[in-house]
Amino acid sequence: MASIQASVKNKVRETTGRMVEINVDERLILPFGNLKVIVQNYNSVLTLSHLYRSSDALLVHENDAVHKICAKLMNIKQISFSDINQVLAHQLGSVFQPTYSAEGSFHYRRNPLGDLMENLVPHPEFKMLGVRNIPQMSENSLAYSTFTWAGLLKHLRQMLISNAKMEEGIDWQIRPPLPGLPSLSKMSLNKELHFNTSIANLLILRGKDVHSADLEGFKDPALYTSWLEPVNAFNVWRTQRAFSKYEKSAALVSNSQFLVKPLDMIVGKAWNMFASKAYVHQYTKFGIEEEDFLDSFALLEQVVASYCTL
Amino acid sequence: MTQSVIVQVGQCGNQIGCCFWDLALREHAAVNQAVLIDMEEGVVNEILQGPLRDVFDSKQLITDISGSGNNWAVGHKVFGSRYQEEILEKLRKSAEHCDCLQCFFVIHSMGGGTGSGLGTYLLKVLEDEFPEVYRFVTSVYPSGEDDVITSPYNSILAMKELNEHADCVLPIDNQSLFDIISKIDLVVNSGKLGTTIKPKSLVTSSAGTFKKWQEKPFDAMNNIVANLLLSLTSSARFEGSLNMDLNEISMNLVPFPQLHYLVSSLTPLYTLADVNVPPRRLDQMFSDAFSKDHQLIRADPKHSLYLACALMVRGNVQISDLRRNIERFDCVFFKIIYVYCLRQCSRVLRRPLCKF
Repeated sequence: MASIQASVKNKVRETTGRMVEINVDERLILPFGNLKVIVQNYNSVLTLSHLYRSSDALLVHENDAVHKICAKLMNIKQISFSDINQVLAHQLGSVFQPTYSAEGSFHYRRNPLGDLMENLVPHPEFKMLGVRNIPQMSENSLAYSTFTWAGLLKHLRQMLISNAKMEEGIDWQIRPPLPGLPSLSKMSLNKELHFNTSIANLLILRGKDVHSADLEGFKDPALYTSWLEPVNAFNVWRTQRAFSKYEKSAALVSNSQFLVKPLDMIVGKAWNMFASKAYVHQYTKFGIEEEDFLDSFALLEQVVASYCTL
Repeated sequence: MTQSVIVQVGQCGNQIGCCFWDLALREHAAVNQAVLIDMEEGVVNEILQGPLRDVFDSKQLITDISGSGNNWAVGHKVFGSRYQEEILEKLRKSAEHCDCLQCFFVIHSMGGGTGSGLGTYLLKVLEDEFPEVYRFVTSVYPSGEDDVITSPYNSILAMKELNEHADCVLPIDNQSLFDIISKIDLVVNSGKLGTTIKPKSLVTSSAGTFKKWQEKPFDAMNNIVANLLLSLTSSARFEGSLNMDLNEISMNLVPFPQLHYLVSSLTPLYTLADVNVPPRRLDQMFSDAFSKDHQLIRADPKHSLYLACALMVRGNVQISDLRRNIERFDCVFFKIIYVYCLRQCSRVLRRPLCKF
């Protein structure tokens, strides 16, 4: 069920003499694909469209993906909601735990939310952020594993470009397109190859030898859209302090095309239902008119279209 | 926790209601309120003399003497207008006792006079007086061998009212209940499962309840309906990781205002002694929920069309079990236009799983 864990953080920050107000930073959980509330697609469409208008950024998680992580990576046989919530909490923790500020390791970052916004949302039309973590495994497997930054980052990069939600079952065939192609054919080629283009990426590294990690793979311009240079599109936060039980761990918060397909599906299903006006009377009873539905559909179609043109 | 008020009308309604209270009290101290209405004294008097006499007091009863004579008009027009004030007063009192009144459950039969006529008159009253509160109606429809000659008339007249004034109707027919009982008897008496069936777990059983009087012919059947109602209201009484309100049933299962008739089914009909249900047994329960044999009304949705479906699960069932079974149904069975709504209570009780 689409539910909003709204942490309303009202922050006011001074930049270049102006007051910039960040209104709402919301975390959003998309419903399970087939474990449903019947009207969940309606609710998702209405919620998303309203949030898109009022929020500065949306951090989106998919229940299906989290469930797979529990099943495949954590090896949990009977998955309960508390298992799912654990994974979600881990994802959030990996992003919002303190990291060093830009000036160096002597201070911690004082405004992570603001920095997140600045790094990842260069354009108000593109607000959807997703998180990927590596590694993710059960306690038992952890004892037998060792990690290198090179290995972790290689996997994470491939997860990004192939739009994988976890480190198992990554499609290694997907490669960034060759440079020098005109942008239109690049777009259609990307679509064919299922390549996930990013607007911006934020890499958060936690653990031992964090300064020795090689980040060149993420600075490749082929990963990004043509209107943003990697120097602006890619940022990294670090801290020596390990997170959770992992000696080295990385989180990637990205503003990319990752949500296009799921969102399109949700909008499609909601539209099919709306075409027959099913359940609409339940909403008009409480003040949501058909007009509101149509506005929401229009907004989300626009978002999907915008992301597709990257 | 939200509360409901149970309004039992007529002979059938009151008998089912009694079974319900028996079971409910066995599970949990009574929090819900009840109003008992009957235009003849027989059934209600028996209740007041039986072990449930302490549960109800005269403030909750409305009775007359001679009954409606199986005539919908008498129940609806004559008794309706005569008792309207009194009924309203009792309902208001019950509503006041609730912290958070969510719905009215009306239990009645369609074929008679009081349940059918006065029961449906009530719906209009409830709609006017408590427009925000949901009206769930459990209606027992006449079967083929019904003994009331005027039952077709009574049913049709009542249907019109249900169409317009009920939020949700659970139609039930006696023949289906009877078939379920026969099925259980067959299994129990065949000795196939031997001593592994827990007698108290039978969905027809009133063992362990307060009722000590001799089991009457309709007792087993009434118990089935009572179990259904119990499962419906359980989410309001217990916690769960994916709990639901009754208004969610109405919300998810009623795509268009007048299409509010729900086919219900219960499973299991009995439980085995072993509490830890292996996955295969659990999967079998899910399949059973969709089987014609477990339905409380004769219908064949599988060869027809599902508009919407809700599975209410009680007990130790995890998300992964639910997902696995939903995936099975998605490809195996039928074309579903709108899909499932799944809810779960996590309290471990060996109780039926019901499907609407």
